[in-house]
Amino acid sequence: MSVRRLAEDTVQPASFAFSKENAAWAEATINKYPKGREQSAIIPLLMRAQEQDGWVTRAAIESIADMLGMAYIRALEVATFYTQFQLKPVGSRAHVQVCGTTPCMLRGAEDLIKVCKKKIAAEPFTLNASGTLSWEEVECQGACVNAPMVMIFKDAYEDLTAERLEEIIDGFDAGKGAEIEPGPQIDRIYSAPEGGLTTLQLVEAPQKTKAPVRASKAKAEQAVSVPPSNAAKPETAADVTNPALKTPATAKKAAAKNAKAEGETVDKSKPAKKPR
Amino acid sequence: MAKLKVDGKEIEVPDHFTLLQACEEAGAEVPRFCFHERLSVAGNCRMCLIEVKGGPPKPAASCAMGVRDLRPGPNGEAPEVFTNTPMVKKAREGVMEFLLINHPLDCPICDQGGECDLQDQAMAFGIDSSRYQENKRAVEDKYIGPLVKTVMNRCIHCTRCVRFTTEVAGIAELGLIGRGEDAEITTYLEQAMTSELQGNVVDLCPVGALTSKPFAFTARPWELNKTESIDVMDAVGSAIRVDTRGREVMRVMPRVNEEINEEWISDKSRFIWDGLKTQRLDRPYVRRDGRLQSATWSEAFQAIKTAVAKTSGDKIGAIAGDLASVEEMYALKELIASLGSESFDCRQDGAALDPSLGRASYIFNPTIQGIESADALLIIGSNPRFEASVLNARIRKRYRMGKFPIAVIGERGELRYDYEYLGAGTETLAELVSGKGKFFETLTKAERPLIIVGQGALAGEGGAAVLANAAKLAVAVGAAGAEWNGLAILHTAASRVGGLDLGFVPGKGGISAAQMVGSAEVLFLLGADEIDLSARKGFTVYIGSHGDNGAHAADVILPGAAYTEKSGTWVNTEGRVQIGNRAGFAPGDAREDWAIIRALSDVLGRKLPFDSLGELRAKLYAAHPHFAEVDSIAAGSSDEIAALAQKAGEMGKSMFASPVKDFYLTNPIARASAVMAECSALARNNFKAAAE
Repeated sequence: MSVRRLAEDTVQPASFAFSKENAAWAEATINKYPKGREQSAIIPLLMRAQEQDGWVTRAAIESIADMLGMAYIRALEVATFYTQFQLKPVGSRAHVQVCGTTPCMLRGAEDLIKVCKKKIAAEPFTLNASGTLSWEEVECQGACVNAPMVMIFKDAYEDLTAERLEEIIDGFDAGKGAEIEPGPQIDRIYSAPEGGLTTLQLVEAPQKTKAPVRASKAKAEQAVSVPPSNAAKPETAADVTNPALKTPATAKKAAAKNAKAEGETVDKSKPAKKPR
Repeated sequence: MAKLKVDGKEIEVPDHFTLLQACEEAGAEVPRFCFHERLSVAGNCRMCLIEVKGGPPKPAASCAMGVRDLRPGPNGEAPEVFTNTPMVKKAREGVMEFLLINHPLDCPICDQGGECDLQDQAMAFGIDSSRYQENKRAVEDKYIGPLVKTVMNRCIHCTRCVRFTTEVAGIAELGLIGRGEDAEITTYLEQAMTSELQGNVVDLCPVGALTSKPFAFTARPWELNKTESIDVMDAVGSAIRVDTRGREVMRVMPRVNEEINEEWISDKSRFIWDGLKTQRLDRPYVRRDGRLQSATWSEAFQAIKTAVAKTSGDKIGAIAGDLASVEEMYALKELIASLGSESFDCRQDGAALDPSLGRASYIFNPTIQGIESADALLIIGSNPRFEASVLNARIRKRYRMGKFPIAVIGERGELRYDYEYLGAGTETLAELVSGKGKFFETLTKAERPLIIVGQGALAGEGGAAVLANAAKLAVAVGAAGAEWNGLAILHTAASRVGGLDLGFVPGKGGISAAQMVGSAEVLFLLGADEIDLSARKGFTVYIGSHGDNGAHAADVILPGAAYTEKSGTWVNTEGRVQIGNRAGFAPGDAREDWAIIRALSDVLGRKLPFDSLGELRAKLYAAHPHFAEVDSIAAGSSDEIAALAQKAGEMGKSMFASPVKDFYLTNPIARASAVMAECSALARNNFKAAAE
């Protein structure tokens, strides 16, 4: 990790605006939060701005802070805290995030980094000569079984060798990133054993019938909307879990109101706990 | 109340106490960096670790754990905590070692050295050496304005400064960007801070990361003489400590006074001291051949004697300025009265305040601490952020507690809290007084409504009518009862309430300040620099400390002492009598103002009956007994407000404009200060940038 600052003024665009579609989405996201708590939407909005522009610009931070009614410094704190926000321009065709955490490192991540240094730029967060590629080393992406791996935008490319990574980088650089299949790059289905099953062989093995769904192309509609579950909600009317409680409870009147709301539970199907 | 045992000593503390507070209550010392009584709890320095019996087998951060969170013993014994066990000792040593890993240990060149929390606590709770071999981290210094200097290597990330600006000053200026080892305190893109209370982060910073820029590398705390005094930059009367080396004022620091300033002071109070060294009048001057030429005291007195002898008594007048103390105003009033004039005025701005209407008509009746118990606020013709910054912080403190509707009539400004804007001037006030409008209902429903009337509403011709109408409103909404008197006059001048208490206003046949400028043949200006003297014709005597507006128009200048150079009484806007102490001597031939007036009276043949400050005060206390009650308020009566309300009549049409146009340049000392000039220029540019 390194000191994270905003990019130089020379590369900062003068202004930022969400596209029409994203603006509607942003409004819906802000509306998810109660009145006065709009600032909670800062992380999804910054992320959407990054998806739109490739990186988080100063103009984006300021315009999102204005949208949410928060001080610029508060938005800057968030943007600099999370390393997932790119504060400098990244490659227009690919930003290669190489996992360098222990399992990947043991399986050859250092070779992948050498490839990036050779093919893209000697330093991370630096664009190559044509501005199409950049790379960085990231912490664990959760694909340790298929180590080593890289992440390019939202897709993971796993079980890599230095040669395969070179091909992938070349593919993206040529603008043919969409043709490269994400997921394991060897004879492996998801995270099943390499070269086929080693146990439970009598059961019909899963077939690699179609390409895995590309995360960056997956449409939101495909996901079935699942209503929020109450399964893990404790059956209690404690203050902390009481949805009627508005913080901060500053006056006796509000406290009395909250006390009245006690007895209502989140889940109507579960009977309210009798007050002791 | 919760019972617990601290180091075996059983105590009982209120339920809301944290363990740290409980330990202090029991007399145990707990070191801390991030915890501060007046800020929210952060719990990130870990220095306050203590051992909790029966808790998890690790030390607990006492600042972030409440006494309610403690579990009683198995047989219902009081829960127990320890601050002196080996576990606590080891924990503190460990935390201190971590804190010092990246701290530069440059104490010999650090301005905080000698008054540094980290230094003191490393001595008391740390170990003698470091086991750390690696390189320390380096952080770039940030520019955060002309008042606060940063050395960010020294920062230990307690975030007190971030919490102060956000919570007390009411503007989110500072922040902690980055994370972990790369965390840094900064303003957004290193812009200068804009708060009028920003100097307080210097005091809050437990290390030398934020220090006073004007004071940088000038003195060590242990070589300074500390004098407890009273601030005169505004009418709040904040408690200050003046640090001097030799005769030079090196810096001004706040003192704790819960009733007035808690522990904050405004930037003007804190950074004004360089103005005490420049533009000083250090010898008498007499105007000869159209030019002011330096003279001896006796030549100056003779010139005044000649002028006074040529004039009939009723053509003599005196105007007291905004920084004058009660003693010198008393002496001047006695002298002018003995010369046969009733023309004296302490209201340079022409505010329509009349002591004959009773004390309740010109003081901040609910008191500054009373703001916290108010439950609705109407501000008329005032911008408390500039007129009384520390008092504004108190309003914000009340605002943050919630359920505090605030409305403003007058100039629309950024006050650091939300308010409802009702209107600009008298018409809106008249509507409200007649019972119209939602906010009238809000005030009526409130149990303790607070109505602040600023000098912006009282100055000018319609001032008396505005005051009477405000009183009428106060009576109508129940703000003028026996238990709660919510009519609050907010002054901008430190001398004003004292002057009104003395009756330093035109008596029978006397004329007001503005008339005196035009018609008085001999006019005494006691540090009066804020009045327009361009039309001045007659003989003018200026008694004061700085070569400012008043001195330029004078025929004789008598060099006086500034507020740090004399012992004097000031009465703040609440009517609280306070005594400031002398921290040093006035430069050159300058003398304390009361002594000048006493010496002059001898030359004029009207010798005043006192030879020392003690004798003067004895006479003063005999004439006005409430001045003897130092640090207390002689409360006004709500009957006086009811009587004032009876006088409410038609108000002319006018807008209320705040008298403080430039926060940093309100008095002669501030105008002589280079630091204040820089701040003022910066503020002006900011406003321009905002307008574009």
